[in-house]
Amino acid sequence: MSLFCYAEPLLSAEGITKTFGRITGCADVNLDLYAGEVLGIVGESGSGKSTLLRCLSAAVTPDAGTVSYTLRQGGTKDVHAMGDAERRMLMRTDWAFVHQNPRDGLRMHVSAGGNVGERLMAVGERHYGDIRGCAGEWLAKVEIAENRIDDLPVTFSGGMQQRLQIARNLVTHPRLAFMDEPTGGLDVSVQARLLDLLRGLVSDLGLAAIVVTHDLAVARHLSHRLMVMKQGRVVETGLTDQVLDDPQHPYSQLLVSSILRA
Amino acid sequence: MSAQPGGYNFAYLDEQTKRMIRRAILKAVAVPGYQVPFASREMPMPYGWGTGGVQVTAAIITRTDVLKVIDQGSDDTTNAVSIRKFFAKTADVATTERTTDASIIQTRHRIPETPLRRDQIIVYQVPIPEPLRFLEPRETETRRMHALEEYGLMHVKLYEDIARHGHIATTYAYPVKVNGRYVTDPSPTPKFDNPKMDNCPALQLFGAGREKRIYAIPPYTEVKSLDFEDHPFEVQTWEESCALCGAGDTFLDEVITDDRGGRMFVCSDSDFCSQRRSAGHTGVQSPEAAE
Repeated sequence: MSLFCYAEPLLSAEGITKTFGRITGCADVNLDLYAGEVLGIVGESGSGKSTLLRCLSAAVTPDAGTVSYTLRQGGTKDVHAMGDAERRMLMRTDWAFVHQNPRDGLRMHVSAGGNVGERLMAVGERHYGDIRGCAGEWLAKVEIAENRIDDLPVTFSGGMQQRLQIARNLVTHPRLAFMDEPTGGLDVSVQARLLDLLRGLVSDLGLAAIVVTHDLAVARHLSHRLMVMKQGRVVETGLTDQVLDDPQHPYSQLLVSSILRA
Repeated sequence: MSAQPGGYNFAYLDEQTKRMIRRAILKAVAVPGYQVPFASREMPMPYGWGTGGVQVTAAIITRTDVLKVIDQGSDDTTNAVSIRKFFAKTADVATTERTTDASIIQTRHRIPETPLRRDQIIVYQVPIPEPLRFLEPRETETRRMHALEEYGLMHVKLYEDIARHGHIATTYAYPVKVNGRYVTDPSPTPKFDNPKMDNCPALQLFGAGREKRIYAIPPYTEVKSLDFEDHPFEVQTWEESCALCGAGDTFLDEVITDDRGGRMFVCSDSDFCSQRRSAGHTGVQSPEAAE
């Protein structure tokens, strides 16, 4: 895997802080993400990973800090300062958000084809045959049989639902994907196939991604760089191998040593 | 000005309420297709019986108006008869069954076959004014979608229709885009009537009593039914023609006539059908033909 390094980061966050009353979600987080790069965020439950991801993806507004994003047409903008219309356009064209629970990211009572086609229709595609053709291609890419295109996601297995969610998000060729525990709740063999698929898609599409996970194996397989969080703060950052094989911070050491060896 | 012998204010509602509704109507006309919230009142009839339409009619009716009320195209069904009587009693206005004689037409689920004129107003009774409701249950979200013109979801519904049935199977409450801006529910009229809304010379007002919304399509406004490039909008057609008047281009109701499979197709617009019959048109089952 190679790191793509451009002068401008794709996404740049400075001093992200979010508190819920007396409880700290995340505190003073800085990060830069470059095009084509996969950043893993690891840490235990409640360490602020998901809160940080929600701040970065503009799902919640942080109490302090800025998130600036380099637009496709050039120029950078603070995603929290831009208007609703522009932000939502960004969310459904240039960004992808993969939820841990596919039920949160799918329309469960709309067919698989309709789920994949929704973003296309949202950006103005009005030719049924083209939409369906494109949906079929994407189902093939995520290894869902084409004869399932008219079936409802409720009839799909957990792994298929997760793959459908990924196809639905990537159909507009976004440049940045936010993934919150993308393999959570899947059994190990399904997890492995999903990881393979994600890794392939990320490298084929040149997609940048921020992957939140508590599973270090997922982090090792997917991400180029790693951030370790504890109690809302980033305690260690570095290349994935470096952090996992030679952890410096006591908490990272604890995290790495907690993995059971089969 | 408005005390009535029966003790009711003119057209039942008090003057302040009528002013409030008129303000909502003016706003609705100014922003075609936009759902204007209004303080819907309790009416002396249950929700679902046209409380929204009745309030709109009460706010716009004057002593010189001639009112026609139709329910599924027909002048003589319960809903139509009771609302017509309601205004005859509380506003003492003339009522008619003839589309051409009416100045205000309150309707449930049909637009008359006779083309409307610019001196007429048609008032629709609307159960659920939000076209996106069955796709997106959150009101906060649907409002934002309207504000930002995010209507991709509406096409998802049409996509699902084609995927499941091979064609767009939505036959009533077929979504339209008004004046190139707001996606609007034309109330549960059959899609057969959608083309009549486009560039209609009459003012079209929509009242939803339970949902407390009023919206409008001003005269001569573009109303476009949503569709796909390769699955264009089409209206229903029938192989039969009206069994009573022989009309071949109207919306037909299927009427079961016995328990041995007997059936007939008749115009749903009862006034249009009787006008044609009195003009000498006959169908296969009209009494004249049977003799």
